[in-house]
Amino acid sequence: MRGVALALRQVAYENRAFWRNPAAAFFTFAFPLIFLVIFTTIFGREAARFFTGGIITLSIVSATFTNIAMSVTLAREEGILKRVRGTPLPPFAYLLGRMLHAVAIGLILAVIVVGYGALFQEVEVPWAGLPVLVLTLIAGSAALCALGLAASALIPNSDAAPAVVNAAVLPLYFISNVFTPADQLPAWLDAVSRIFPIRHLADAVASVYTAAPAAPPIPWLDLAVVAAWGVGAAVFALRFFRWEPRR
Amino acid sequence: MTEPAVEISGLRKSYGAIEAVRGVDLRVERGEVFALLGPNGAGKTTTVEILEGHRRRDAGEVRVLGHDPERNERALKERVGIVLQQTGVELYLTVGEVVELIGGYYPAPRAVDEVLELVGLTEQAKQRVIKLSGGQKRRVDLAVAIVGDPELLFLDEPTTGFDPSARRQAWDTLRGLTQLGKTIFLTTHFMDEAQALADRVAVMTAGRIVATGTVDELISGGEPVSRIRFRLPDNVAPPEGLGARREASVWRLETTTPTRSLHELTSWAVNAAVQLSELEVSRRSLEDVYLELTGQPPDQGEGAA
Repeated sequence: MRGVALALRQVAYENRAFWRNPAAAFFTFAFPLIFLVIFTTIFGREAARFFTGGIITLSIVSATFTNIAMSVTLAREEGILKRVRGTPLPPFAYLLGRMLHAVAIGLILAVIVVGYGALFQEVEVPWAGLPVLVLTLIAGSAALCALGLAASALIPNSDAAPAVVNAAVLPLYFISNVFTPADQLPAWLDAVSRIFPIRHLADAVASVYTAAPAAPPIPWLDLAVVAAWGVGAAVFALRFFRWEPRR
Repeated sequence: MTEPAVEISGLRKSYGAIEAVRGVDLRVERGEVFALLGPNGAGKTTTVEILEGHRRRDAGEVRVLGHDPERNERALKERVGIVLQQTGVELYLTVGEVVELIGGYYPAPRAVDEVLELVGLTEQAKQRVIKLSGGQKRRVDLAVAIVGDPELLFLDEPTTGFDPSARRQAWDTLRGLTQLGKTIFLTTHFMDEAQALADRVAVMTAGRIVATGTVDELISGGEPVSRIRFRLPDNVAPPEGLGARREASVWRLETTTPTRSLHELTSWAVNAAVQLSELEVSRRSLEDVYLELTGQPPDQGEGAA
């Protein structure tokens, strides 16, 4: 329990550092909101429902996977991870603190996106579907945090981090029901996109908005694929995570 | 509680085909300031990182405050402070926040103000780490290493990259810590640093300890040695009995009886009517010993091992 208390304390400091780092605050927090405003402005009210769902997914991926992969790689490069290992702070408490902070940022972004849709785009809050939405976002965040840690184990150094991370997620945004509706994809590309967790997260989020104002069924299949990726990534990270930069 | 702070025997560590540490034995007593001195690549950092728990050894016994550091026990980490070669703190937190954050990991941390005072960062308390100079960042490292009030402090090349005045300041800070009765284990490739700080020194080269002792013991090998140097005109040589040797345009001799040697030298010079220009008498320095111990090409038999 002391480890969890230390992780929560870590979150508070993590949060201060996050908002003071212009790159982190901008790319992680402002980026999804900028996309939201641009897309809804260009494509109008008819597309607003789709983009609200899409940008919620983008927000979660950005706050968890992208953020963790980049910031943990940087922390390793800066020697912060090695320094933590030399203190009595349990290593899991440090990483848990980072992940809890990332999930919190993702959920705050999601609330802003839902609120923006309701206030400015006539996309009413899907009240009946909220339990499914919250379940989906928490499962998705957890899996994507694990994927972020796994990615940071693969990324050689912090110079390579933005390239590797963006090469992984940017194409997926276009084929995963985030930037463009997946029903416009050719069959083979649709099949490819279904391999990856972002597509299933986006489909689960979208199901909440398509069912509104009714509650959607729990998207078990999508959640199962997302969870499988998360478990796989966690196993990989446990095996290959490094606390020191490569020499 | 009389167990040594650090005890190492038969320590070995290789990286692939490279043997970084080749059988090291060391013992550091409580309250001692111990310097592991040696050139770059001697195996100092590998040794200290094994003691810190950052690396696993290949062979040998290691005890740090009675614990095996390889087991990464929290009970040990609470009693040890570490200054790594590289700074490793959150860049966007302030100096005070970093010290407070890391202090919270320990059961009985020192007050943040007191720690900042000790390392001379009181004025920078509210500055973000990213805005600090290199020397100031190193002092944050030191602050973070001592905030847990450790019994034993590891410092890996604490002043590398410092300008001379920053080094003096750092030394003063470290001396201040020794007043608190802490055990300090430091690595350095600066002779003057070892001489200024350490009670005891071990000289390490090519993965082995080649000499251990107090600075005075190392310098004299038990007997105090003086060095005399002077210049002579090109065609003149001092009497053979003095044992002086010529290096470039300077003559040097080492002696354990400086009064007698000087008397013989100066009487000869007066009689021969030659001038001993730039005559200088000095103590043999740790640097001389260090160069003798490390600067020579490795012995053939040893090198093959």
